[in-house]
Amino acid sequence: MSQQSNIAGQERATLTSYIVGFVTSIVLTVEAYLLVAHHLIEGKSLAAAVAGLAITQFLVQLFFFLHLGRETKPRWKLLVFGMMLVVVMIFVFGSLWIMSNLNYHMTPKQINNYLNSQDGL
Amino acid sequence: MMLFANLLWGRLTLNAFQHDPIEMGGVVSMVIAIAAIVVALFYFKRWGWLWREWLTSLDPKKIGVMYIIVAIVMLLRAGVDAAMIRAQQALSSGANHGFLTSDHFQQIFTAHGTIMIFFVAMGLMFGLINLVVPLQLGARDVAFPFLNATSFWLYAAGAVLVNVSLVVGKFAATGWLAYPPLSELRYSPGVGVDYWIWSLQIAGIGSLLSGVNFFATIIKLRAKGMTLMKMPMFCWSVLGALTLVVFAFPILTVTLTLLALDRSLGMHFFTAGAGGNAMMYVNLIWAWGHPEVYILILPAFGVFSEVVATFSRKRLFGYTSMVWAIWAIVALSFIVWLHHFFTMGAGADVNAFFGIMTMIIAIPTGVKIFNWLFTMYRGRIWFASPMLWFMGFVFLFTLGGVAGVMMGMPPVDFQLHNSLFLVAHFHTMIVSGVLFGYFAGLTYWFPKIFGFKLNERPGKYAFWCWSIGFVLAFTPLYILGFLGATRRLDHYSASLGWQPLFIVAAIGGAVIAIGIGFQILQLIVSIWQRNSNLDTTGDPWNGRTLEWSTRSPAPAYNFAVLPEVAERDAFWIAKKTKKTDRPAYADIVMPKNTSLGIVIAAFAFLFSFAVVWHILWLGVVGLIGVVTTIILRISDDETEYTIKASEIAKMEAES
Amino acid sequence: MKDEEIAKTTSKTIFGFWLYIMTDCVLFASLFATYAVLHNNTFGGPSGASLFSMPYVLVETLLLLTSSFTCGLAVLAAQSQRKNQVIGWFGATFVLGISFLAMELTEFRHLVMDGNSWRRSGFLSSYFTLVGTHGLHITVGLIWMVVLVAQIRRKGLTPNNQRRLTLLSIFWHFLDLVWIFIFTIVYLMGVVRI
Repeated sequence: MSQQSNIAGQERATLTSYIVGFVTSIVLTVEAYLLVAHHLIEGKSLAAAVAGLAITQFLVQLFFFLHLGRETKPRWKLLVFGMMLVVVMIFVFGSLWIMSNLNYHMTPKQINNYLNSQDGL
Repeated sequence: MMLFANLLWGRLTLNAFQHDPIEMGGVVSMVIAIAAIVVALFYFKRWGWLWREWLTSLDPKKIGVMYIIVAIVMLLRAGVDAAMIRAQQALSSGANHGFLTSDHFQQIFTAHGTIMIFFVAMGLMFGLINLVVPLQLGARDVAFPFLNATSFWLYAAGAVLVNVSLVVGKFAATGWLAYPPLSELRYSPGVGVDYWIWSLQIAGIGSLLSGVNFFATIIKLRAKGMTLMKMPMFCWSVLGALTLVVFAFPILTVTLTLLALDRSLGMHFFTAGAGGNAMMYVNLIWAWGHPEVYILILPAFGVFSEVVATFSRKRLFGYTSMVWAIWAIVALSFIVWLHHFFTMGAGADVNAFFGIMTMIIAIPTGVKIFNWLFTMYRGRIWFASPMLWFMGFVFLFTLGGVAGVMMGMPPVDFQLHNSLFLVAHFHTMIVSGVLFGYFAGLTYWFPKIFGFKLNERPGKYAFWCWSIGFVLAFTPLYILGFLGATRRLDHYSASLGWQPLFIVAAIGGAVIAIGIGFQILQLIVSIWQRNSNLDTTGDPWNGRTLEWSTRSPAPAYNFAVLPEVAERDAFWIAKKTKKTDRPAYADIVMPKNTSLGIVIAAFAFLFSFAVVWHILWLGVVGLIGVVTTIILRISDDETEYTIKASEIAKMEAES
Repeated sequence: MKDEEIAKTTSKTIFGFWLYIMTDCVLFASLFATYAVLHNNTFGGPSGASLFSMPYVLVETLLLLTSSFTCGLAVLAAQSQRKNQVIGWFGATFVLGISFLAMELTEFRHLVMDGNSWRRSGFLSSYFTLVGTHGLHITVGLIWMVVLVAQIRRKGLTPNNQRRLTLLSIFWHFLDLVWIFIFTIVYLMGVVRI
């Protein structure tokens, strides 16, 4: 049986891709950890940096471990992945927008009173 | 002794079997019906046949029929619920409080909604998809036959669980979406909400797996030469609906789980207090719930595309714009969900965004309606009953849709939210859209599956009863909603003067019931007279798509030789050119029958029952059973058998 | 079965499984959304900053990441038809995976013993459910690994087994992907009180 037909039609894995993916992921993980553990930056920039590192590692692992984007045409896996991403973005950020907006008609005093009534009950 | 009883039975006691007279009536009828079927099976010695030909079959045509049978049974159950609601509201005015207690009334409308959406509409939908999609694609089977069977049995297990709740314990009394805090332990401490959660959880997982299955089938198993743009419109609409299933149902799974965790493990996702946020539930459940209603309607639109083209004897107008309309609907249905809770406190900008999106989603639907009408224009129309269902749909759905656009405006919705106007709107959508569509589809494809047509006359009477009955039943509700009537109430003050409207609505309900009676009559008469209605050609309606190129009933392997396709409406073209090649038969590999799907569903049922009644040992047994059965199946390398080419030649010659 | 048949079956099965993974992504997204909404609802109790130990979580993360790598090596060995290497690398993956799980369960146990169980607040409910669901998926993956290795030992690297181990590797890599987000959103951002 030829090697090609073992994962017939699928993308070929190579040692290089796994090693590159692994090493890069370690670096990105440790970097994020160090940024937080040693408070190397603060506040909003920290959040952005850490998020950026996470997204980068996400893409790295998608490409080097899961070989997404390397399939032959038609690229169905990539398409449904893209659809999932869109749905998830809409749903997660939409939910956050909606849930935070539900206090819209309350005054700060009302919100404060409500939160106080919840704590330590 | 008490401790042992607790360990053995959890919180299940004999009290759970005590019911008031009306519930008892339901229980007794159900038990008698089941007993009658069991006795008949023994008398006619058909257990073996039932097991071999139907229950353990992996043939999607058989699975489709089973889905539809369960769906029809559940339609009757939820229909009785509807009758009781109409009767109660017609009688209950002023001093008269009808014949139902408030608690019972609340269980009834909860059961009515839950069953109709999850077990009738979803069941009819998946039933038709199973029957039709592989045939229309020119394929032999779905991508994952065992998964398909398991999905059906999970759906059936969910249906059984709902009906068990009638006999043992009670059902939820929270409305079909069970909002917290009412559905939390504090305000619903009994078993009802737990039954609701787990029957939907099991059925929902079945739906999700079916979504994955048929999506893969449509993408990967089309006949050679059938590009996506040459696919029948029904398959396109199914692809759109299943995209919604794949991306929306996981949200339902999570939401049900979170509510279950609140109730079973004392968590605080949606509790009133301790950091819970009940509004998050509403947000989550509708993020699923809105795509769900488009899941239900898209395949119905697909049915109409097939029916209108066939019965206008003209190809579908605007194929490309129909495809775009489907995907516009799919995309838009993910960005409108807040319109179900405009009144929950969001600010004007949030409400405005979702309001505008809601109004926009009416546009692609409008495109589809115009395309169907343009298809009819200058066609040679044949008003067989599938076409009648379409005509009823066009009028009623358009009116109901306009009511929806009205409520898509937040200021209007503030007046109409949770009124009977809302109830009338969504019933118009689901009855004239989903139900009429699936009724048309059932009539249209019936001959392909069973080999004979349904008797037209009772079918037409059924259509008229449903249409007239629907108008009688729901026009009063539109009016009442405008007058300020709130939904889900079992009593309205006599001083409002609304009782006459409720009486008209009840009469409408009775007319619909007569319509259902005609449909049952149609089935009985058609079976009785099947020999005079035989479909001898496989193409009883002069159809356009590939399913009509096989004989009726279609053989297990669908096509003796897999078709190759070069254009849309391939069968129509083939008929015109009348090609007759000598077919070259080859061996066909088919999946073997298996009972493992039933076993998985049975264990899932036991697990759910155990969670409802807090029976730990049974829950463990159920869980281990499901896992073990799955491991057994995935370790099995001999799941297929071969039909030799010579056998196929013989079967084709005999037909 | 001929090569063409095998290729077709593999193609549709891997696509179907990929679709299922997409649904699992939406499932986790729902849990993340819930966590995001509830993570400040500590109800007077401790927040993530006071509960999470970053070095501990870093070790967990590196364990899982390494297991994703060894899983990739198993797939490579399978491509070259090296049955014993496949079993070896899956064994390594299993050990790393179960160590991850053990660390996570220990962390959970500490929290519960200190009175910070899932019953304490909306924040803790969503924390335990999000991280716990990931842990449940890991458990399923580990069980699957055992079953698959048993099948490979019994029948060798047949086309069916090749396909199955490809599916398992997709599943296992996906679990590490989800963990990146848990590590970042729950732990890193939790500790910094974002």
